[in-house]
Amino acid sequence: MENAGNPSAPLYGVGAEFATAADLTRAAREIRGAGYESFDVFSPFPIHGMDKIVGARRSPLGRIVFIGGLTGFLTAVAVQYLPSAVIYPLIVHGKPTGFFAIPAYFPILFETTVLFSAFTAFVGLLMMIGLPRFNHPLFNWERFKGVSGEGFFAVIESRDPRFSTEEAGRFLESLGGSNVTVIHED
Amino acid sequence: MAEGTVISVEESARAAVERQPLVAPGRTMGWISDYVSSIVESQSPRWWWVAISITGSLTLLLLACLTYLVATGVGVWGNNHPVGWAWDITNFVFWIGIGHAGTLISAILFLTRQKWRTSINRAAEAMTLFAVICAAIYPTMHVGRVWMSWFLIPVPNANGIWQNFRSPLMWDGFAVLTYFLVSVLFWYTGLIPDLATLRDRATTKVRKFFYGILALGWRGGNRQWRHYEMAYLLLAGLSTPLVLSVHSVVSFDFAASVIPGWHTTIFPPYFVAGAIFGGFAMVLTILIPARAVYRPLGDLITVSHIDKMCKVLLFTGSIVGYAYLMEMFMAWYSGNPFERATFWYRVTGPYWWAYALMILCNVAMPQLLWFRFFRTHVIWVFVIAMFANVGMWFERFVIVATSLTRDFLPSSWGMFHPTWVDIATFAGTLGLFGTLFLLFIRFLPMVCMFEVKAVLPSANPNPGGKH
Repeated sequence: MENAGNPSAPLYGVGAEFATAADLTRAAREIRGAGYESFDVFSPFPIHGMDKIVGARRSPLGRIVFIGGLTGFLTAVAVQYLPSAVIYPLIVHGKPTGFFAIPAYFPILFETTVLFSAFTAFVGLLMMIGLPRFNHPLFNWERFKGVSGEGFFAVIESRDPRFSTEEAGRFLESLGGSNVTVIHED
Repeated sequence: MAEGTVISVEESARAAVERQPLVAPGRTMGWISDYVSSIVESQSPRWWWVAISITGSLTLLLLACLTYLVATGVGVWGNNHPVGWAWDITNFVFWIGIGHAGTLISAILFLTRQKWRTSINRAAEAMTLFAVICAAIYPTMHVGRVWMSWFLIPVPNANGIWQNFRSPLMWDGFAVLTYFLVSVLFWYTGLIPDLATLRDRATTKVRKFFYGILALGWRGGNRQWRHYEMAYLLLAGLSTPLVLSVHSVVSFDFAASVIPGWHTTIFPPYFVAGAIFGGFAMVLTILIPARAVYRPLGDLITVSHIDKMCKVLLFTGSIVGYAYLMEMFMAWYSGNPFERATFWYRVTGPYWWAYALMILCNVAMPQLLWFRFFRTHVIWVFVIAMFANVGMWFERFVIVATSLTRDFLPSSWGMFHPTWVDIATFAGTLGLFGTLFLLFIRFLPMVCMFEVKAVLPSANPNPGGKH
């Protein structure tokens, strides 16, 4: 097995390269079946059905975005209602300014809800996936650069309770993985 | 013998209903990364320098015109009594409408699982952003005292005054700002995996640094993809009502007034259909030359893609045509003499030529797209798209100008005459749009690589089985 990174640094995990999306899917199923918990599969595009295979739960981002949208909605209620009805009532065309002007508040209510939701979705995404993070043990592995081109990788992490370098390496090789590599933290 | 015939009939039937491949056969994942990235990685070709020197000069002209306008006053435009909204608002609606196709392709076609969108969504979204930038210039300048545009933002200020939130102009400010920001987020989110591709391929320090920062450290693990896909779905879901709302709100600027010819309930859907029509025309206008220059792109943006876009053009063009007819009918049916007079004036008054041009470009020409011949010959598609671009500009001009030139009182009737500043400013925004697009194709991947890879047959995790 080759080494990536400084061999005297702590261990991050063992990785292997697979040829196709189908091979990686099969490997992921086997790794999960063998009882590993801390592993991840890497691909240039999201592979259909992979979440179920690796046992990932549905992303909670939707609920977070709902809270963001609600915040936006309430902000728009406050920002429109307080000035229009309380601080600075401006009578135009003799039309109502407060509660009964609700239809005229709709466009801004809607737009602000969408704006806050979208920002929550983006910031929430970055927080969930732990980005921006410019330095990661996987970047020590030269071949891993292929992940954004046409490379498919699986990595079993050392924090898995069942992990042993030798066994994980042999297991990945038995699944058809090539270029099995020990990845170090540094 | 009989059995053989049955099989061959079945086979030919299957071949007939089988879908056209979204990417030309034989193009692999590696090829997609290599080719799309090579556009960004190679030296700027000569045509690019020629093109950007033209569009760049026009952008400088825009800056000069805007400086002149701010220094002198809005009077340098031809806007005057009675036509207080003229080319500025025409251009604003024209540009903001163009943006809509980008969001439609990236969001609505995503939700409806139209996989052919993957080849064109990146460029279309970029076009959206650039069009909204061009659009935003006009109302900002039209307020006159540009340095006071911040009054649109509801913040406590020393004067103790607040905005009228029931005004369509306020709605417009919020809608356009939201649209721009959400489009930027959506676009950037889609770019992250592709920026990682450019980062991983980078050979120079500068590129490594630049794309490395922009890619945020993307690794492409399933732990990232699963949240990423959810975020993308949410952003698409949020953008879908947003895009429909933006042009509806723009149409409220007119519809909520009492001017005959503007005060109609048909405006929101009519504007949205027109926006999508005009936007698809612009997508075709920029993608057809890009395909011609970068020939292998034709394997990603195939004739089948162009054919599909033409069908959208035909459909929305027909809705627009229906709206034109319905407008006329309602003017007659309403029994309101001012409404009737305005519409009669549009068709027969001194601006009849603009109305006729609008009908020719937006209603008559797209009808050619009923024929496969016109949908699959890109030269024809380009010509029809150019007609639509021109027609959509004239549609907005007809709506804005003809309603204002005839006031309720004949004593305040008048015509609109653009000044050289009007013309130069519009040319300048065309230049700005072109410049931004040229910079985009040199610095960012023009095609969404990861999404195109995902629609290749080799991306199927269960080959042979059902997807």
